[in-house]
Amino acid sequence: MEAGLSVLIGLFFAVSVYLLMSRQIVRIMLGIAILGNAVNLLIFTAGRLTREVPPVIPEGAVTPLEQTANPLPQALILTAIVISFSFFAFLLVLAFRSYQELGTDDANEMRVAEPAGEPAPPQGY
Amino acid sequence: MAVLSESVDISNAMIVAPVSPADWLIVAPTVLTILGGAICLMMRKDTAAQPRIGVLFLALLVFATGGLFLHVLDKGVITMVMGRWLPPFGIAFTADLTGAALAFVASLVAFSAGVYGILDVDGSGRRYGFYPFLLLLMTGVCGAFLTGDIFNLYVWFEVLLIASFGLLVLGNEQAQLDGAVKYALLNIIATTLFLLATGLLYGLYGTLNMADIAIKTRQFGIDGPIATIAVLYFLAFAMKAAAFPVNFWLPASYHTPRIVVSAVFAGLLTKVGVYALLRIFVVLMPEARFQLEDLIALVAIATMLTGVFGALAQTDVRRLFGYLVISGIGSMLAGLAIGTTPALAGTIFYAIHSIVVMTALYMAAGVMSAMGGSYSLRELGGLYAASPAFAAVFLVLAFAVAGLPPFSGFWPKVILVEAAITTGHVWIAASILATGLLTSIAVGRVWVFAFWRGGPEGTPDGTAGAGALVAAPGLARPVVWLPLGVLLALVVFMGVVPEPMFQVTGRGATSMVDPIGYVRSVFGDSL
Repeated sequence: MEAGLSVLIGLFFAVSVYLLMSRQIVRIMLGIAILGNAVNLLIFTAGRLTREVPPVIPEGAVTPLEQTANPLPQALILTAIVISFSFFAFLLVLAFRSYQELGTDDANEMRVAEPAGEPAPPQGY
Repeated sequence: MAVLSESVDISNAMIVAPVSPADWLIVAPTVLTILGGAICLMMRKDTAAQPRIGVLFLALLVFATGGLFLHVLDKGVITMVMGRWLPPFGIAFTADLTGAALAFVASLVAFSAGVYGILDVDGSGRRYGFYPFLLLLMTGVCGAFLTGDIFNLYVWFEVLLIASFGLLVLGNEQAQLDGAVKYALLNIIATTLFLLATGLLYGLYGTLNMADIAIKTRQFGIDGPIATIAVLYFLAFAMKAAAFPVNFWLPASYHTPRIVVSAVFAGLLTKVGVYALLRIFVVLMPEARFQLEDLIALVAIATMLTGVFGALAQTDVRRLFGYLVISGIGSMLAGLAIGTTPALAGTIFYAIHSIVVMTALYMAAGVMSAMGGSYSLRELGGLYAASPAFAAVFLVLAFAVAGLPPFSGFWPKVILVEAAITTGHVWIAASILATGLLTSIAVGRVWVFAFWRGGPEGTPDGTAGAGALVAAPGLARPVVWLPLGVLLALVVFMGVVPEPMFQVTGRGATSMVDPIGYVRSVFGDSL
């Protein structure tokens, strides 16, 4: 189970890096979404995958009787999912608004803040 | 409900002793700013009340962080654990001298920006949340400086990031949206890498508490994938700090928002990245820093030089100052690359100096534009004739940023160059000195064109004050002297009386290199 997920995580990282290197903002954003999921899956897998064993210590014992999954990584990714989801929502609106204003979603053509071919600063007077 | 038949001794799992009242100061900065932000948000339609509430809470923040700083200076590292769980299980807030000093200076800067914002931020900017965003940004900044838990650090980074998005797009102009897209995408990738490294680190050591990690890395050495984790952390925080090959979000975005927002960003955001680098590589993984030393040195030199060359090529003063922010990050990384206690003290000193002086420079740029009607070196001119006092203020800031005596930028550079030479890092010393020279040329050019020249480009030599529109409203009003004056006083004080700063940064660096006080504050004196 862990091995299979590791391969999947590797694929996720490959896909996201490929998309992040693209020029279209939409593709970059898909890359970011997949990157976030790759990281979450990685943390989830690192915390062990065991089905139907609650991490509860029975009365009288000091450790769980069977091997259980670590619940802390699950709590971590829950936080990370909430954060990345809200960020992604903001990014979608930002990208759409900039597409409306700038008329392009090609990162090479978005040159309003940094115009191409600016003249050199004055050298003297 | 089952009734417990016997009484349970909770002292094995929880802290039973009550927290001493002074230790509550450690959470006060985050609590105050969240509270203030929420109140501002609830009253966002009342644009007259916004600055009052905002400045009030920022002033309270200054008192809270100032009190915390004095407390830490007096008592050493202090810790408070959320939910009273025994460390390393609860989320710990741990303030050492470096964190407390940076939080205090950051609050002073935020307070100045809040006052400056009264003039710079008009009705719509207030309605769309300048003050709530500023307060929540400070929640993230103070939280990052004071937390003792590495996942919690990630959360504070996200808090300050989302607040900075709000500030950056305030105004909704084309250039702002363009800059914000680049800023947002690259910063989100950086925080995702930070999360990835934190996940791997937890997998390796099974703990998120920084003091616990510091013990474990020293016990186990650099085993397993710690090198991968270290490189990921370095990449993530280098992106946050705008170090050379991954700095392109900064020049794309820092000149687009309102000038007060630029001032806050230039002062605070990149320095939080530098602080995180110090925390990770000095306190948590000193071995990994030793391994990455050459890489960090290379990045530092490249950042210093590309930053200052970028500054020399700019016509817009805001973009010029943006490149100077990057160049300063290079000097701070140089201290991390050298890695000795004096060098790290130099880095902390430089970070504090840079927080103050970069904010002040952007604020001065706002006044320049209000007086001269432009940010372009071609269109500015005659400001010296318009206001000799303001010209003197700018000259002080220019000297400080270039590292010329007797102002704040001089001493950290002296410490860093001395540390570099004594440890044989000749190239680092040479780069710091060359950067200082080139920086003085860059800011000297601003002085010559905007202040000394009689008017805009084309004014014949010898004309006095032809281009200045002193009657311009807004930032040319006298209230602007309060925030600028506070920062200017700090710049002069740190330059003329450097002894307290040497003490504070020296002690801060010592307690980071040998974090025994940090660890004891979390786990008790038995360790």
